[in-house]
Amino acid sequence: MTINLKVWKQKNAKTSGNLETYKVDHVSPDMSFLEMFDVLNEQLVQDNKEPIAFDHDCREGICGMCSMYINGQPHGPLEGVTTCQLHMRTFNDGDTIVVEPWRSKAFPVIKDLVVDRSAFDRIIASGGFVSVNTGNAQDANNLAIGKDKADMAFAAAACIGCGACVAACKNASAMLFVSAKVSQLALLPQGQPERESRALNMVAQMDAEGFGACTNTGACAAECPKEISLDNIARLNREFLGASISSTSV
Amino acid sequence: MATIKLDAKVPEGPIGEKWTKYKSSVPLVNPANKRSLEIIVVGTGLAGSSAAASLAEMGYKVKTFCFQDSPRRAHSIAAQGGINAAKNYQNDGDSTYRLFYDTIKGGDYRAREGNVHRLAEVSANIIDQCVAQGVPFARDYGGMLRNRSFGGTQVQRTFYAAGQTGQQLLLGAYSALERQIGKGSVVNYSRHEMLDVVKIDGKARGIIARNLITGELERHFGHAVLLCTGGYGNVFYLSTNAMGSNVTAAWKAHKQGALFANPCFTQIHPTCIPVSGDHQSKLTLMSESLRNDGRIWVPKQKDDKRAANDIPEEERDYYLERRYPAFGNLVPRDIASRAAKERCDAGYGVGATKMAVYLDFKSNLINKYGRAEATKLGIENPDLDTLIRLGKEVVKEEYGNLFDMYKQITGEDPYEVPMMIYPAVHYTMGGVWVDYNLMTTVPGLYCLGEANFSDHGANRLGASALMQGLSDGYFVIPYTIGAYLSAEIKTKAIPTDHEAFVEAEKSTRERIEKLINIKGKQSPESFHKRLGKIMWEKCGMARSEKGLKEAIAEIQALKKEFWSDLRVLGDIDGFNPELDKAGRVADFIELGELMCVDALDRNESCGGHFREEYQEDGGEAMRDDENYMYVSAWEHKGESQWELHKEELKYENIKIAQRNYK
Repeated sequence: MTINLKVWKQKNAKTSGNLETYKVDHVSPDMSFLEMFDVLNEQLVQDNKEPIAFDHDCREGICGMCSMYINGQPHGPLEGVTTCQLHMRTFNDGDTIVVEPWRSKAFPVIKDLVVDRSAFDRIIASGGFVSVNTGNAQDANNLAIGKDKADMAFAAAACIGCGACVAACKNASAMLFVSAKVSQLALLPQGQPERESRALNMVAQMDAEGFGACTNTGACAAECPKEISLDNIARLNREFLGASISSTSV
Repeated sequence: MATIKLDAKVPEGPIGEKWTKYKSSVPLVNPANKRSLEIIVVGTGLAGSSAAASLAEMGYKVKTFCFQDSPRRAHSIAAQGGINAAKNYQNDGDSTYRLFYDTIKGGDYRAREGNVHRLAEVSANIIDQCVAQGVPFARDYGGMLRNRSFGGTQVQRTFYAAGQTGQQLLLGAYSALERQIGKGSVVNYSRHEMLDVVKIDGKARGIIARNLITGELERHFGHAVLLCTGGYGNVFYLSTNAMGSNVTAAWKAHKQGALFANPCFTQIHPTCIPVSGDHQSKLTLMSESLRNDGRIWVPKQKDDKRAANDIPEEERDYYLERRYPAFGNLVPRDIASRAAKERCDAGYGVGATKMAVYLDFKSNLINKYGRAEATKLGIENPDLDTLIRLGKEVVKEEYGNLFDMYKQITGEDPYEVPMMIYPAVHYTMGGVWVDYNLMTTVPGLYCLGEANFSDHGANRLGASALMQGLSDGYFVIPYTIGAYLSAEIKTKAIPTDHEAFVEAEKSTRERIEKLINIKGKQSPESFHKRLGKIMWEKCGMARSEKGLKEAIAEIQALKKEFWSDLRVLGDIDGFNPELDKAGRVADFIELGELMCVDALDRNESCGGHFREEYQEDGGEAMRDDENYMYVSAWEHKGESQWELHKEELKYENIKIAQRNYK
């Protein structure tokens, strides 16, 4: 196959960027989308042109590093799939594909398709944990957790922190990301002692980072490569409201 | 430099009491002194995150470094099937001793008894700790934890969270780390790569790190430095490792005097998605847990062109069940891999390249799960469609994400047709030599997790990597580091304008400038591919004296070419993945040579190391305990020069035998 690409090029956070056009020949349908970029970059090196910078690491859909906005959709056209697991058999010979970085004020561009997602780390640091020091734990089976709750917590915990939810949202809201962590821990007995402060602190940090507000369009859940459910946002809203009403700090 | 004398420092006493006694007698550091002691942790996978969080909780000042954009991305995240622990929740006869025994035997008697027993002892605490953090392990309806089996064992001791156990464990450790970052007791440096260890008066006192966004070199002081930087499987180019996984930190430490142990012990995992073409950038694992329910087979007839589902039962060769009836599909990884290679080499392979075997779920899906569900639901005489539908639901819950991933990569639906799999490089048992304290031969420099060599001998059992990473980080280093730091309480933080820092930064800068100024024609990627090809063909699943000698010569030639024809585009003072890659490939080339040197020295076959000259008639590996029951620890002596130090292995608690899974 031959694929035409329009790719966002930007030297660094201080400069402005633009779309550049590339052509890649001999693309095999069995290649992953990122392997097609490998081929393009090798071609650029041979032509003495600087390769395109993009984030990627595990290439198994679990590390959350890859982050391409493909034809107007984070991680491309398939549901429940990260960029690294998107294969070229999804496209047709001669297609033109537009590739951009995640776009959000809270995710500044570092270079080309690479953005800074450290805001997510700071949100987790504000409350996305159970405060238990190493060595304090009781026997794991002393804590019976019903299978339904455990399964729901796991489904929320499957979030890979890639930021597609933010990229998909017209408000660049991080609600799906925040709600996944709040839900996981709110559903489990281990998360109860810090349940209220967690919801309040994580939402406050999300706002401080410059993410937008949620208007329930559902684009985040539709584009999430791990299919994190919108139910989590409903739960976060309940947790946040409940905590705001009962919080001793009010 | 004085000659190195290897001392493993394993405490005296009966095996079951060593660690308990050690813990109650190791010197402590009082809380006030901990606040003035600084620890650098390089790498934020399971070992690094758990160590950094635990040490910060204790009161030490900690800095963490990772090359990814967040500590949560470390490649531990990709571990699939599970984590072992001797809990005996299944009442099937498990115990600390059995886990210890299975690990030593699985490692083909090339691991250190003291370390492995400690690992088995703390394994149960790891599960407790992770559950307390909110890690959502799989559970039964009554709320208790579930277990499944992994290779090389006859009990069910593996805890799991679908096919993404590594993700859940790492996110647990990451959240513990972020909690400390939020408190200010850990400072994290993401998108930073360690490029040298700084030594002062023979002790590790800090690192040189490159800020991968700005290209600036930074100096960081620490009273101790912990390398938790993972394995070096990417030396083969194609492996199940992440694209960024590299040996650079461990290799820099090696060149600063840390001995590198058993480099040739690499694990080839039997169940990976086969290579599809030249464009391939990495290989993807299909978890060993699938061998609980998947049966491995090839057609009995050579070059059988029929589709898998059209080949009748009696014309299938379930070769693992045939050769190893006691363990069947759950033999250890090295044995399963070699058996797959043997069938494919003999002409029975399947798929377009004929370098694959089938991993088939149909019979268990229908007969085991389908029937059980039908009985549960009271359906009498269920038809085949009903059985398949019911069985599918169970299989989906156990392995859903793996089946989806397989479909995504290959375009085939493994619920309908058998998976095609072939062995691929997955893990490295070898690594930086450490003593019982996890300290390297450089005082103050520690090595944890996959990056060290200590626990898995010549072959690691499935679901034991997660166990070792978290054992080292949560439960071992918090104690053993006290043995060193208790004597360092009077050492004030050394300013980083000390000449050792200046010198280390200067030589690091010169090397980077050299890489970018070669201005040749070939990309770092192309050199990496060529190195990988040499390693896979001559130091992969089967090795021979002739092949290894050729490989050494080829690698030396490749190194020369690399340093004269490399092309690194982009800037030195900005974000430049090409430059990062070039530095890593340069180190892989040097490591590759040492791996071949080590494989050549070891005139025996054991675990993942299979020398063609040393096999029995049936093709089983022929170990030589008389001459090779030692750890090979290599000291760097200059370009392409190493001196071998031997740590003799003594087995006082296990009877050494030929591994038998028949």
